[in-house]
Parts: sequence; structure tokens; C-alpha cells
Amino acid sequence: MSTALNARPRRTAPRGFAFEPIFRALCFSAAITLLVTLGGVIVALAIGGWPAIAKFGINFVIGATWDPSPDHEVYGAAGPIIGTLITSAAALMMALPVAGGVAFFLVELCPTFLRRPIGTAVELLAGIPSIVYGMWGLFVFAPFFAKYVEAPLMTAAPAGSIWEAVFSGIPNGSGILAASIILAIMILPFMAATLRELLNTVPAAVRESAYGLGATTAEVVMSVTLPYVRRGAIGAVMLGLGRALGETMAVTFIIGNSHGFPKGLFDSGSTIASTIANEFNEASGLQSAALIALGLVLFVITFTVLALARLMLRTQAKG
Amino acid sequence: MAVSVRHVAMRRLGNVVFVGFCGAVTAIALTALVMILYSLVSQGLAGMNLDIFTKSTPAAGTPGGLINAIVGSIMMSIVGMVIALLIGVLAGTWLAEYAGDSKLGAVVRFLNDVLLSAPSILIGLFVYEMLVFPFKTFSGIAGGVALALLAAPVITRTTEDVLKLQPTALRESGVALGAPVWHVIRTILWRGAANGILTGGLLAFARISGETAPLLFTALNNQFFSWDMRHPMASLPVVIFQDALTPYPDLNKLAWAGALLIAAAVLTVTVVARAFSKESKR
Repeated sequence: MSTALNARPRRTAPRGFAFEPIFRALCFSAAITLLVTLGGVIVALAIGGWPAIAKFGINFVIGATWDPSPDHEVYGAAGPIIGTLITSAAALMMALPVAGGVAFFLVELCPTFLRRPIGTAVELLAGIPSIVYGMWGLFVFAPFFAKYVEAPLMTAAPAGSIWEAVFSGIPNGSGILAASIILAIMILPFMAATLRELLNTVPAAVRESAYGLGATTAEVVMSVTLPYVRRGAIGAVMLGLGRALGETMAVTFIIGNSHGFPKGLFDSGSTIASTIANEFNEASGLQSAALIALGLVLFVITFTVLALARLMLRTQAKG
Repeated sequence: MAVSVRHVAMRRLGNVVFVGFCGAVTAIALTALVMILYSLVSQGLAGMNLDIFTKSTPAAGTPGGLINAIVGSIMMSIVGMVIALLIGVLAGTWLAEYAGDSKLGAVVRFLNDVLLSAPSILIGLFVYEMLVFPFKTFSGIAGGVALALLAAPVITRTTEDVLKLQPTALRESGVALGAPVWHVIRTILWRGAANGILTGGLLAFARISGETAPLLFTALNNQFFSWDMRHPMASLPVVIFQDALTPYPDLNKLAWAGALLIAAAVLTVTVVARAFSKESKR
């Protein structure tokens, strides 16, 4: 209150009132700019991608041949679409238990003197640009992965068994599984930080009463605190998924960039974002329309996921 | 009674497994992240020298640095931040002070949240269609606009949040003194929320300074030093992307040095932002 009195807003001359509608209109137009941007993204992608969608119809989404050679241009994006979905889902499956474990550890188990440093470190790591994760994947992780994971597993897989198919590919360290692992490492700090923030909103009384009834730490987390933030937690997970779906750089470095369906875990593949990043600048005509249409597909997928996530986080915040 | 003893033992065992799992994955996660930071710092320092800050990006096999990319990144980030602050602060003010509970306000708020986490490569495609294709040239301006569209939602969100934290009594006392609402917002509310808005701006800056995908199709790259934002412009992330994918060790080394520069800048800005937000909470 004292600041309000000290600030002493000067009495304005009546003409100051004339600016009120102008200021209001300025603020309003800024807000509308944001709306128009999002609408503009959809419209621009739809218009730019229309030639490809009109030409290939449903085959654009279900066709598996992506062939930009000028004589017989065919664009079927099933490979990148499936690649996007598989790598994101795999990354989420790997990152979720770890992120949950880190968050539970920080909130329930961690010695107090370590809580702040580890918590801060996780939050800072969530801000590291994804290209750094991509570079690490390319130069450090891929050689290690090829030598100590891919090659041994491929030699160990009995010929003719299902494992031979699962582990098929080229043992060069890049491929579907490698990209999923890098994605998982990239979304991990973000998901852990968000989950931790959510778990910290559980009132101490709720947690203490559970402990008071004799519940073990596992029971407190699984049956009291986690259900308490359930909707928010689902929202946070889906935000992580949204990041993985749209991630370009961390994936492009290490997925191998080939278009067809990936045949095994170590086979190279592509995602929507990596395909656009690799080809857009060299593309023209129908190919660039096809890439923009691919962007539209990515937008629809991520918009759905993000909208669901935001709705869930919002309900959590309210009640 | 035997059943109940076994039951307790099972619960204890379950708890031990759970606690062990949480501790183990935390250790694994931290190890992985420390390994990433270690390679970043060791490889980055190995590639660091004075040339980085004095010479432009080289062809493979010749000495060179990153100064064109550093300057390009800074200029595009500044353009992006100026536009984003303008849009973000005003839009956030509208949401907090004028929109109230209106339907339009709810829609803007929701779509801003979606924009906040939309894939950045799509923003790049959008700006390509708006500013690159019609003008027939990649440009630093287009790059700056793409970055602005990524930063604006962050600033909008923070501005709205911190303005809503200002007590209603402040607004009422301003208006009671006869000041128009816009004057109250400008001289009282923005001043009170300045720390929070600054934090949001810094976080937005940290976010855009590492963005690569939206710059690929807007600013492209430029081998030479340039102040001219009407033409293609180099930026650190794009140079890293291109140099890292070449088979030449000296360019790879340069990419690591650039990655270290970006990561260090982002971390510094984030730490400063956190310090500011702590100050405003006090």
C-alpha cells in the first residue's frame, strides 16, 4: 500500500482521457495479433500445402513412397508420420518413469541440503537448447551406442528369430531407437521439473495425514499425492509429448534420414520435422508443397495433443 | 496374524523397491545430463580461441571463427525481442486488465498457450510463406520476426500472470485520484510488475537464442560478416547445425565451440532471470 501512496500518480489533465481508447485499442490489437498468428499458421500451411494434398489425396498420408525425383514425383508421407509417432511414443515411455522417479525423489526422499541444488540443476537443464542434445547424440552417443549396444545385440540375435527382425538395421549408431533415446533425454528435465512443481502444490497436511496413518513413502506417492495432481500430471506428460513431436534438431542429427517405413529398431527413419528441416531449402514446386502439407499434418497432431494438455492443466489449476 | 505380518513385509518390500527405483533413476538421469555438459564444456573449450571472436565462418581446412554468426544471432534476437516485448506486454496487459472473464479473453489465453508450445519449425514455415517467398530473399528481418513469434507468447503469459498479482487496491487508488485507467496501468501497475515482466523477457530470450529450426528457412545462413538485415544472415544455431553435419574435424570443432557459447549464454540469462524473480517475490 505504501508504494501506491509514494508513487503519487500525477493528476492528469482531462485530455489524458482521450488516450484511454487508443491505449485500449493498442492492447487489444496486440492480443488479436497472437490470434491472427495462430490462425495464419494454419491458413498458410493449408494454402501452401494444397497442391500436394489435392494431387495425392488420402495417399499423401497413407502412401509410403516419398520420391522427389522430377520424372515421377510421388509424395506419400506415411514414413515420416509413423517415424514421428514411434520416436515420440518411445521417448515418452522411456522418459516418463525416469522423470517421475526424479520428481518423487526430489519431493519425498531427497535430503534437504541436496533438494535445491538438484532441483535447480534439473530446471536449468530444461532450458538447454535442443541442438546441444542433438550434437551430443551425434558425436558422443552414436559411436558408443553402435559399438556397445547395436553391434552386440545384432550379433547375438539368433538368425531367423523375431529378434533378428527387431534388431535389424545398420549398426552405425543412428536410427529410430537412438533418436528416441536422445529425445527422451531432452524432454526428461522438462517433465521432471513440471512434475516436481505439481507435486509441491500438494498441501503438506494431505501428505502428513497419509504418513500419519502409517503409509509407506511408496503408498503416499502412489495413492495420495499423485492422484491429487493427476490431471495436471497428465497435462505435463502431454506437454512433454508435444515437445517430442515437434522437436527438429535433436532428431535430425541422429535418426538417419531415410524415408520409407523403419523396419527395425536400429533402422534409419525420419520424422516430419527432420524431413522438413532437411529438404525444404532445396525443394521447389510440388516438393515444397508436399513439405508444407507435411507441416500441416504435424500441426494437426501437435495442436490436438497440446490442446488436450492445456485443458487438463487448466482444470487442475481451477479445482 | 501371520497374514498380516506378511502383508506388512510386502508393503515394506514394495517401499524399498520404490525408493530404490527413484534413487536409481535420479542417479542415472543426473549422470546422463552431467555427461552431456561434460562433453559440451571439454569439446567446446578445446575449440575455443581468439579467432572465434574475430573471424567469420571458414570453408573447411581454413582458419576461421564465428563472429558473423555471433553478431547475426545477437541482431536477430534483438529484433525478435523488441517486437515480442511490444506485442507480449500489450497483449498481456489486455488479458489482465481489459479482457476480464470475456469469451474472447478465454480464447486468446488458450490459443496463446498453444502457440507457446507449438513446434518452432512450423513458425519457420509460416514466416517463410509470409516474408521470404513474397520478397524472393531470405533475410535477417524474417529471422527476427520468426524469433519474435516464438518469444511473444512467453512474454504475454508472464505479463498477464504478474499483472494479476498486483493488488486491486492499487488500481482503485489510482483511479480514485482521477487518473485514467491507461495511466494507472502505465505508471503504477507496469512499474510494480517490472521485475516479473523482465524475468519473462529474459526467459523468452533464453528460449529463442538456441532456436535453430525457425531460422533455417528465414535467415538461412551467410558465410560473410554482415550488418544488413535485408539479406541472408548467419546465426550460431544454424552454423552449428551445418558445421556439425560436415565430415571435417575443424568445422566440427567450431560447432562445439558455438554450442558452448549458446549454452553458456542461455544458462547465464536463465540464472539472472531466476535472481530477478526471487527479488520480486521478496
